[in-house]
Amino acid sequence: MKALVPVKRVIDYNVKPRVKSDGSGVDLANVKMSMNPFDEISVEEAIRLKEAGKIEEIIAVSVGPAKAQETLRTALAMGADRAILIETDETVEPLAVAKLLQKVAEEEQPGLIILGKQAIDDDANQTGQMLAALMDRPQGTFANTVELDSDSVTVKREIDGGLETVKLQLPAIITTDLRLNEPRYASLPNIMKAKKKPLDTKTPADYGVNIAPRLTTTNVSEPPVRQAGEKVEDVDALVTKLKALGIA
Amino acid sequence: MPLDKDTYDQLIETVSRFVTERLRPLEGQVGDKDEIPQDVIDEMKELGLFGLTIPEEYGGIGLTMAEEIGVAIAMGHTSPAMRSSFGTNIGIGSQGLVMAGTDEQKQKWLPRIASGELITSFALTEPDAGSDAGSVKTRATLDEAKGVYRLNGSKRYITNADKADLFTVMARTGGEGAHGVSSFLVPRDLPGLSVGAHEKKMGQQGAHVCDVNFDDVEVPVENRLGAEGEGFKVAMRVLDRGRLHISGVCVGAAERLIEDMVGYASERQQFGKPISSFQMIQAQIADSKAECMAARALVEQTARKRDAGESITLDCAATKLIASEMVGRVADRAVQVYGGAGYIADYGIERFYRDVRLFRIYEGTSEIQRSIIARETLKTGG
Ligand SMILES: Cc1cc2nc3c(=O)[nH]c(=O)nc-3n(C[C@H](O)[C@H](O)[C@H](O)COP(=O)(O)OP(=O)(O)OC[C@H]3O[C@@H](n4cnc5c(N)ncnc54)[C@H](O)[C@@H]3O)c2cc1C
Ligand SMILES: Cc1cc2nc3c(=O)[nH]c(=O)nc-3n(C[C@H](O)[C@H](O)[C@H](O)COP(=O)(O)OP(=O)(O)OC[C@H]3O[C@@H](n4cnc5c(N)ncnc54)[C@H](O)[C@@H]3O)c2cc1C
Repeated sequence: MKALVPVKRVIDYNVKPRVKSDGSGVDLANVKMSMNPFDEISVEEAIRLKEAGKIEEIIAVSVGPAKAQETLRTALAMGADRAILIETDETVEPLAVAKLLQKVAEEEQPGLIILGKQAIDDDANQTGQMLAALMDRPQGTFANTVELDSDSVTVKREIDGGLETVKLQLPAIITTDLRLNEPRYASLPNIMKAKKKPLDTKTPADYGVNIAPRLTTTNVSEPPVRQAGEKVEDVDALVTKLKALGIA
Repeated sequence: MPLDKDTYDQLIETVSRFVTERLRPLEGQVGDKDEIPQDVIDEMKELGLFGLTIPEEYGGIGLTMAEEIGVAIAMGHTSPAMRSSFGTNIGIGSQGLVMAGTDEQKQKWLPRIASGELITSFALTEPDAGSDAGSVKTRATLDEAKGVYRLNGSKRYITNADKADLFTVMARTGGEGAHGVSSFLVPRDLPGLSVGAHEKKMGQQGAHVCDVNFDDVEVPVENRLGAEGEGFKVAMRVLDRGRLHISGVCVGAAERLIEDMVGYASERQQFGKPISSFQMIQAQIADSKAECMAARALVEQTARKRDAGESITLDCAATKLIASEMVGRVADRAVQVYGGAGYIADYGIERFYRDVRLFRIYEGTSEIQRSIIARETLKTGG
């Protein structure tokens, strides 16, 4: 069985993003970029399934600029077998990514597609769900535990107030949550070997997918600066205060 | 073979991430307990850190000197003891073998050194032979009938000796002076070899040094590294390289301390403003930054020279002198910028201050580096 693992190049989670002065977006010039942390969890899960002998091949795929090659190389160094870069400098919205992934899946016929539940740049939390809908295949989102059998996969999902267990017929789509696993560091020898693993470069046009955005970003602004708090004497004073603020 | 830029960047990035996410949170604990947790050492092994400088055909990743310096700088950003756990395997504990070993010796030892299965130490210093390393008294007497050298003597301050499985030992086979010294690969389990308790040190807790004693230790003749009388020469070449590596660590530590200083000075308010707004604080940051950049440039240049096969004895001595003295000044300023907090253990600055003090002493003191620089400069006329 093959696993398809989409990975996105995003602003590094340690970087404090700055908004461009004209409010048109986040300033990415000279900013450190890395693999979306949820996607690292997806790659790790696929590798563990491969190590357990349940998956034969892991294909990492990324939609993004030429630099997204670095992200794919990271996936290869961690343990993916080959990679596909769908290269574009345009902004690609979740629906367009899902359509591209659908085409890749039609070619590759993976038993499992493991995506991060969201990317930490746009926090959309949509691609996996859209892909499942487009492909008309079952989805197990916010995975906390994954157990793969030959024709089905059991996913424990993180939901409000606990875990929900679902069993999906393969091929299926999974999106990973934070507690699914702790991703490994690519070892230095594997980083060197990753260069020799195959990496195909395609374009959205190769798949006949129109990626033109459907949304227009009108403004991006910094989160408001947190105001200093106020100390109150007792609970009565607190309630009075909250009422005055119209909260209680 | 040098790595392409993408691969190199990814390698350094991975090491930096490991340092930030796994090692830095443990600095206080390692400093207090004087021990690096075994699971972290195992992670370092898995990451491939023990084989950085071992050629690929022997199971390492065979970094060039310039690449190794990149890793040394990245590792310098955390407590130096962390690096020390694999420092001997990639440096003084293996490079004699890499430089002077026979193919058979390399096959036998290097793959297990690269994987971290074997820990190595370099045993040159003795109670009566420190800076004057050519005067070692440990004796290796050939017993031709038995096909062994019999080693007698003791070594002092040997890094990682308590964990080492294999020692590179410099011992006297001939007459007085450096030309009478040979080097040997000595497995720890040979009868007559004993390791003392580890010393209490000023800093770098988590990295241990001990005495190593040889009492009629019979070392097979095939464990001699290079020809008889070549031991000191090999040791000096190993140290050239080691000095460069240590210089990289010094630069990394200085970079870390500068980051810490800037962070603290920007947050700490006195007289109604961040102390970073005071020129006297700024001057300390500016001097630290400029000196650190200069040292980094020198380390990188010397590493490139070594990779190009040029003679680097003078360069390595100058680099080690500049880098180790630089990080000493930077650490002192860091304590000063932190004020009272710089003297209090919780902030970790005083620990770094103690840790970096060693760099001016081992692998040749600053005085010895100056002697080498002067000797080489006088030789060449300027
Ligand atoms: C933590 C630690 C780890 C170590 N690890 C190792 C190891 O793994 N393997 C190993 O073999 N050794 C190791 N050493 C030993 C280290 O290399 C020596 O301590 C160092 O070379 C200095 O030698 P010494 O201590 O005998 O000092 P000495 O040589 O006695 O020097 C004392 C002082 O005299 C000065 N001096 C000496 N000769 C001259 C001269 N000709 N001109 C001017 N000044 C001079 C020195 O610069 C120094 O200031 C380690 C030491 C320490 C502290
Ligand atoms: C071991 C120890 C014992 C102590 N014992 C006592 C005690 O018994 N009683 C007591 O009251 N206190 C005591 N102290 C506190 C000590 O006096 C202060 O730590 C010291 O005055 C520095 O203040 P600070 O730590 O707040 O540093 P800060 O004032 O925050 O200074 C940080 C840095 O900023 C610099 N700086 C601050 N303002 C300026 C400026 N305007 N221009 C330029 N540079 C500036 C400082 O010189 C320093 O380099 C002790 C401290 C220690 C570490």
